[in-house]
Amino acid sequence: MSTQYQPFLLRMLGNSRWTGYAISVIFLCILIPVLNLVVPEGSLLHVSNYTVSIGGKILCYAMVALAMDLIWGYTGILSLGHGLFFALGGYACGMYLMRQVGVDGVYHSNLPDFMVFLDWKTYPWYWTGTEHFLVAMLLVVAVPGILAFVFGWFAFRSRIKGVYFSIITQALTYAFMLFFFRNETGFGGNNGFTDFKRLLGIPIATPEMRMFLFALSGLTLLLMLWMSRCIVDSKFGRVLTAIRDAESRVMFSGYNPLHYKLAIWTLSAMMCGVAGALYVPQVGIINPGEMSTANSIEIAIWVAVGGRGTLIGPLLGAAFVTGMKSWFTATFPEYWLYFLGLLFIVATLYLPDGVMGLAKKLKGKLL
Amino acid sequence: MKIAKIIVALVLAWLFAGTAYALTAADRMLLSAGDNDQRIASIAKVVAAGDASAVPFLKSLLDDSVKVAGSKVFIAGADAVTDAATGVRVELPVNAADVVNNNRMRSELVSAIAALELQSPDVAIRMQAAQALRQSDAGDSTLTLVKNAEKTEQNSKVKSVLGEIRAGIELSGPDQATRLNAAQELGGSTSAQMRQLLVIRLQPGGETDPQVKQLITSSLRAMDARLAYYEQAGIVFTGLSLGSVLLLAALGLAITYGLMGVINMAHGEMMMLGAYATYLVENFFRNYLPEWFDAYVLVAIPVAFILTAIIGMILERTVIRHLYGRPLETLLATWGIGLILMQLVRTVFGAQNVQVENPGWMSGGIELAANLVLPYNRLAIIVFSLTVLLLVWTLLNKTRLGLFVRAVTQNRSMAGCVGVNTARIDAWAFGLGSGVAGLAGVALAQIGNVGPDLGKTYIVDSFMVVVLGGVGQLAGTVYAALGLGLVNKFLEGYAGAVLAKIIVLVIIIIFIQKRPQGIFALKGRSVD
Repeated sequence: MSTQYQPFLLRMLGNSRWTGYAISVIFLCILIPVLNLVVPEGSLLHVSNYTVSIGGKILCYAMVALAMDLIWGYTGILSLGHGLFFALGGYACGMYLMRQVGVDGVYHSNLPDFMVFLDWKTYPWYWTGTEHFLVAMLLVVAVPGILAFVFGWFAFRSRIKGVYFSIITQALTYAFMLFFFRNETGFGGNNGFTDFKRLLGIPIATPEMRMFLFALSGLTLLLMLWMSRCIVDSKFGRVLTAIRDAESRVMFSGYNPLHYKLAIWTLSAMMCGVAGALYVPQVGIINPGEMSTANSIEIAIWVAVGGRGTLIGPLLGAAFVTGMKSWFTATFPEYWLYFLGLLFIVATLYLPDGVMGLAKKLKGKLL
Repeated sequence: MKIAKIIVALVLAWLFAGTAYALTAADRMLLSAGDNDQRIASIAKVVAAGDASAVPFLKSLLDDSVKVAGSKVFIAGADAVTDAATGVRVELPVNAADVVNNNRMRSELVSAIAALELQSPDVAIRMQAAQALRQSDAGDSTLTLVKNAEKTEQNSKVKSVLGEIRAGIELSGPDQATRLNAAQELGGSTSAQMRQLLVIRLQPGGETDPQVKQLITSSLRAMDARLAYYEQAGIVFTGLSLGSVLLLAALGLAITYGLMGVINMAHGEMMMLGAYATYLVENFFRNYLPEWFDAYVLVAIPVAFILTAIIGMILERTVIRHLYGRPLETLLATWGIGLILMQLVRTVFGAQNVQVENPGWMSGGIELAANLVLPYNRLAIIVFSLTVLLLVWTLLNKTRLGLFVRAVTQNRSMAGCVGVNTARIDAWAFGLGSGVAGLAGVALAQIGNVGPDLGKTYIVDSFMVVVLGGVGQLAGTVYAALGLGLVNKFLEGYAGAVLAKIIVLVIIIIFIQKRPQGIFALKGRSVD
């Protein structure tokens, strides 16, 4: 890159990364909303509500994939608990949305329907404050963050790593799923939260609201991408990669891997929480099924398919797998698990660096 | 169940309607018509006469199939009406009225039938009758009969039930010495009905004599202590039973993960395939060899083992071999294999659960007390898992193959240098691990539903067993499996099934903090 002075704007445009960010912002915040809301339905350019809803889901999943990439792709820790953090963020947001339902539920009670059903008279203590938007948003990052911090502190301190760590995170997720399935836990049991009416007093089912949430998810994703870029390019990020490649040597060089691992692990969990909070109002439901072990392991395959250790790869992986899932479950539902299973095998056997690695290799061969 | 019983009773009533001649027409009339007190008195008379041939008619009364018209009594069977006096098929007169029985009448009838059936030559019927009598509030009318039956009874189990009934009746008798004796005897019982009797006698309006009262209290305490003891024993048994299932499920993992270091997330699906193999064998026997049905399990065991072992070896050769040394990738790839196997089974057998019937010798159980029954299928699984454990242990420690497996585990390149074909040993070991999973599937098919999701429900638990037990040898797996089973069942008593499971998982997570290598870590200085 030339050291010659260039005006800021020109410099930004010359940098392909910043151009990419700018194009994405325009695409997500202007193009899609216009194509969805303004362009008439019959038109060729119209983006249907269905596409928007899948797109919004993919944006949220992409955040989770990014979080997974930071912990697995860059730090070498395979977490099978990211579905849990995602769901916890979703539940925290869902609590606020349930409060917003007010007395419009089936039983016209101040309490959510499932609590009326359990014959509870008041909200349990852990629902305190969830009627305030800001408190709920704080819970969205705090609950996954604190859980990850406590769990991570215990796990990393006793130097649990590799497959052991993966299995224990899976067990944790499983335990939470069982816990949330209970009706008495106070989170709606089997059915979870659904039938949301309002967000910040505004009806949630309108096209404008949907578009707003979509654009917000897009911007959040870009922000996370930028943040992740800063992290992996910093010294902190280099230490993370070093831990992935040779943890003992990092230790012998005078670094304490515990702090680094714990920091990125907690951050990663909080990113999942945010993703979950954006996901729930868009799909309109959150239930313990989101915590199933299969969901968490699917996150890993997004990252593996896209390419570990690249920031764009996991986003592509999440989009590809989610897109394929929507397509398969609509056209050949019984073949979806064959495809997913094969994807797991092919990605691990033949695509160790994912699609991004493949692209790099092809580029190297062609040029 | 109830409907089936009624149908059987109806059929019996119809079949034996013609043989009930010992009752006179007048007796029948007295039993069927009149006010309840008179009818009960006549029932008592029949019981006192000890005439077993009256049973079919009493049963018909109980089924409400008896009708009265004028001075004639009719029995309306399932498909024909007979004259109770002659047993001849007749048309039911238009003016025939139903014989109505209230609850009091019904309970009298039930105990009368049971009392008469106590004279049956068949032990099973006598036992059934005695138990039915114990369930009903047997009154004074049956006392003599029960006493006589107890005197002549040869079978000790029936005799002890009869003794309980007698003591139960005598407990409210007029004679203080008899009451004392009865209270003493009932202290040795474990039946819930007898306990209820004692409790009722202690309430106001019951026992007045202080001496008897005291004895009843102490008998009640003794009974409660015994019941609590049996309950604890029951928890230990179900804990051991769960532990043995976990052991079977985890044993294969202990080989593939513990010894080879290969993490096989498709292990649960191997169990599922073993269970479906059992289902196929069971179906084959049911359709083609029904006379050998009870032996199908013996055939299912090798079939399941060989099938899953072959699939395991194929997987090892085609997929897992390429991932040695990359455990996280192995985890993902085997998960993918699991998904494919699951969907494959769904495509072939359907998403619904299939039912696998126990062979005859596995149904029923040993009744140690009223609240402690050890089912044969659970006992069989405990024995089975211990046998499998013994075989695997022998295979690993006493055979050439086991020697090679251990050699490759400890030092792959050195084993290769002295001529061990390490690739082939890997395949054999993986096949063995998968085969043992198939055996676990045979066991699971005996105690629960068989469905495509069978494996997923056990995979987390079985990994926890291996993680807790420590990697590298079988002893840890055994202790961890049995320990987890027991702890789980004991906690279930206090916290319910779901919370117990959560608590156990949390305990394991905390435990791993203290001993990351599991209970029985191999001593060594290995550093990555």
